Amino acid sequence: MAQAVPANQKWWGGGKSPFNVEYGKLMMWYFLMSDAFTFGAFLISYGTVRFSSNGWPDPNEVFKSFPGMGHANMPLVFVSVMTFILIMSSVTMVLAVGAGHMNDRKSVLKWLAWTIVGGAAFLGCQAWEWAHLHAEGAWWGRNPFHNFDGTEASTNFTNFFFTITGFHGFHVLSGVVINIIMFIMTYRGVFDRRGHYLMIEKAGLYWHFVDLVWVFVFTCFYLF
Amino acid sequence: MAHHETTHTEAHGHGEKKHFDTKPIWRTFWILLIITAIELIVGMFIAPHFHNLKLMFNILYIIFTGAKAFYIIAEFMHLGHEIKNMIMTIAVPALLFIWFIAAFLWDGNSYKNLRNNYDRYHKEATTTPLPKKAEAGHGEHSEHGAEEKPEAVH
Repeated sequence: MAQAVPANQKWWGGGKSPFNVEYGKLMMWYFLMSDAFTFGAFLISYGTVRFSSNGWPDPNEVFKSFPGMGHANMPLVFVSVMTFILIMSSVTMVLAVGAGHMNDRKSVLKWLAWTIVGGAAFLGCQAWEWAHLHAEGAWWGRNPFHNFDGTEASTNFTNFFFTITGFHGFHVLSGVVINIIMFIMTYRGVFDRRGHYLMIEKAGLYWHFVDLVWVFVFTCFYLF
Repeated sequence: MAHHETTHTEAHGHGEKKHFDTKPIWRTFWILLIITAIELIVGMFIAPHFHNLKLMFNILYIIFTGAKAFYIIAEFMHLGHEIKNMIMTIAVPALLFIWFIAAFLWDGNSYKNLRNNYDRYHKEATTTPLPKKAEAGHGEHSEHGAEEKPEAVH
């Protein structure tokens, strides 16, 4: 938590914490930086391969299904639901962090529970999408979709899609597990005894990062 | 409008006890939601009709994505409210991405051009459209499908 800071403070004059944040939070930021470069490497290699290809499948064609709607053509509708769920769960996470600032245990529990529900819903959606694409014949090494211009597509598209959304989904899963642990710790009053809820902030940083990565995955796979 | 519901967000019920202000959070939420909605409307209804403007739409998506990333990092992750030293220790390394993206996409594009120039077979194989899908295995027909007889099979 940033303290009230006088102007022209000499941060590097010694005797102060120059970043003005707690150690664990700073380290969470640096971990997230390294994770960002991992995801960046994935997405940029996807971009490189796509730029080196003469053709690429049309996302409006690939992602056109919605659960329970059969063969109705609803491009991008399902992924917009997933995006909404993730943004919403980010909001509930901020509210949990905010409730933690006020040492309001009940509200922390409530908002954490909603965040966990949101994360689980997102994972459920992704499971459906994977199962659906798999049923259509898409998987690592198999690509039933044709390119924009009707040429035959290589398997690069499906390989990257499943690898990157899978890696992201694994992050969501670990985020849900972390949030469940936070929920249990809050429930048992660990943070009340500690006197602060800073741990919720660190879990929150991780959760928002998952949302942030989804913003890029969404653009790279579903819009471009 | 006849049935006027007061939308009661739970956040307001609790948020005003002490100093934690939920207003900027909901503002950020609406910004993210509206940007995503615009992206989706463009992606679903507008872009498919203008394939030759694909580059322009992609630039638009990049700007929107950057804006969303900024709001998530600055507001949800609270980085915008930390002190400048802290912001710089995150922001400066992230600038590497600019080089990273430019260099690798350039490289991919260059590889495509070289390959198309020097590997005629590759170029032909990847730019010749497949014959229209003749359903239910008339395998030998697909050979002649090249001279475009759309729907004739049905």
